[in-house]
Amino acid sequence: MAELPPFQTLIDEHATAVMAVLRGAVGREGAEDAFQETFLAALRAYPGLRDARNLRGWLVTIAHRKAIDFHRARGRAPVPVAAVREEPVFDPEPTDGAIWTAVAELPPKQRAAVTLRFASDLPHEEIATALGCSPAAARRSLHEGLKRLRKELV
Amino acid sequence: MTPTTEARDMKKSIKALRERAAAEGLLDVAYATVDSPFGTLLLAKTPRGLVRIGLPTEDAQELLTDLAGRISPRVMEAPAGLDEERRELEDYFAGRRHDFELPVDWQLSHGFLLRARQGIAAIPYGETRTYTDLARSAGNERAVRAAGSACSRNPIPLVVPCHRVLRSDGTLGGYAGGLEMKEGLLSLERHP
Repeated sequence: MAELPPFQTLIDEHATAVMAVLRGAVGREGAEDAFQETFLAALRAYPGLRDARNLRGWLVTIAHRKAIDFHRARGRAPVPVAAVREEPVFDPEPTDGAIWTAVAELPPKQRAAVTLRFASDLPHEEIATALGCSPAAARRSLHEGLKRLRKELV
Repeated sequence: MTPTTEARDMKKSIKALRERAAAEGLLDVAYATVDSPFGTLLLAKTPRGLVRIGLPTEDAQELLTDLAGRISPRVMEAPAGLDEERRELEDYFAGRRHDFELPVDWQLSHGFLLRARQGIAAIPYGETRTYTDLARSAGNERAVRAAGSACSRNPIPLVVPCHRVLRSDGTLGGYAGGLEMKEGLLSLERHP
C-alpha cells in the first residue's frame, strides 16, 4: 500500500492548478461543477490509489475525464434558438460531441494528452508535467492519440 | 479578475466540496483547529466521534499523516464540522464546563490501554489519581508503566483528562503537552 498523504494536502497543493486546467478545458462557467466532480471522484477513489508519486497528474487526468463528460453532455444538449423553423430539417449529430466521444474512448494517456493540448491549450512541457512523463513521451501520446482519432473520424 | 477574488472563489469551491463530501459520507476524518490558553489545538473526528486532539507541542502535519495511515487518507479540514467540540473546549478553558459531552471514537486505543483511558475519562473534574490507581482500575495493578503510556500516548488529551493522573509521591509525572500545561490545567480545575 502506498503511503497516502491526508487528502487535504492534495486540495492545498493542487486545487488551483486543477481549477486552471478546467477553466481552460470547459470555460469559466462549467469549471466550478467540473471542479466539484473532479475532487469528489478523487476523494471516492483515493483510499484505493496505489501510487502516490504523481498526485497532480492523477488529479489532472480525472479533471480531463470530467471535462470530456462536460463536452459530451453539451454536445447532446439542445441548443436554444430564437425561433423554431416550421419545415422539418435534417438534424445531424453535433460534430463536436462526436469528437469528444471518440476522445473519451482513447487510452488514458492519449486521451489526457489530446484534451490537455486542444481543450486546455497547454504546451508539450506542461502536458508532460501534468501527466508526470517526459515532454517526448507527452508528444508521443499526443501524436498516437491524434492518429487514432483521424482513423476513427475520417 | 483580481487574485483576491480568485482566492475567495477558490475558498467557496472548497467549502462546497467539503459539504458534498460530508453529505456523501466521504469525510472519514474531519479536522479543525481551536485556540486555547496553551496554544493552538488540533481536533480530529470521525463520523463516530472525537478521535484525536493534538496538543500545541505536536506537529500538525505529522499528526494528520499519522491519522491518514491509521484511520483513512480521506482527511479534510472542516471547521464547521467541529463547532460542538470547539465550543465545549472553549467552555472548559473558561472554567464554565466541567464534563465533556462529546461522543468519543476510541478506535486508536485497544486492550489494556483502552481500559486505562476509559478509566481516565471517569476521573472527576478537579480530582487526581495516581498511575497505580489507574493500573488497578484497568485490571492489572502491576502494570504501572503501561498506565503511564496510556497517559503519555493518550490520543484525546483534555477530553480524556490524563493531566489528572500523578505519581504516587504527589509529583506531576509527565505530560505530552509539557509540564507547564499540566500544571496550568490542574490549577484551572482547582480555581475555576
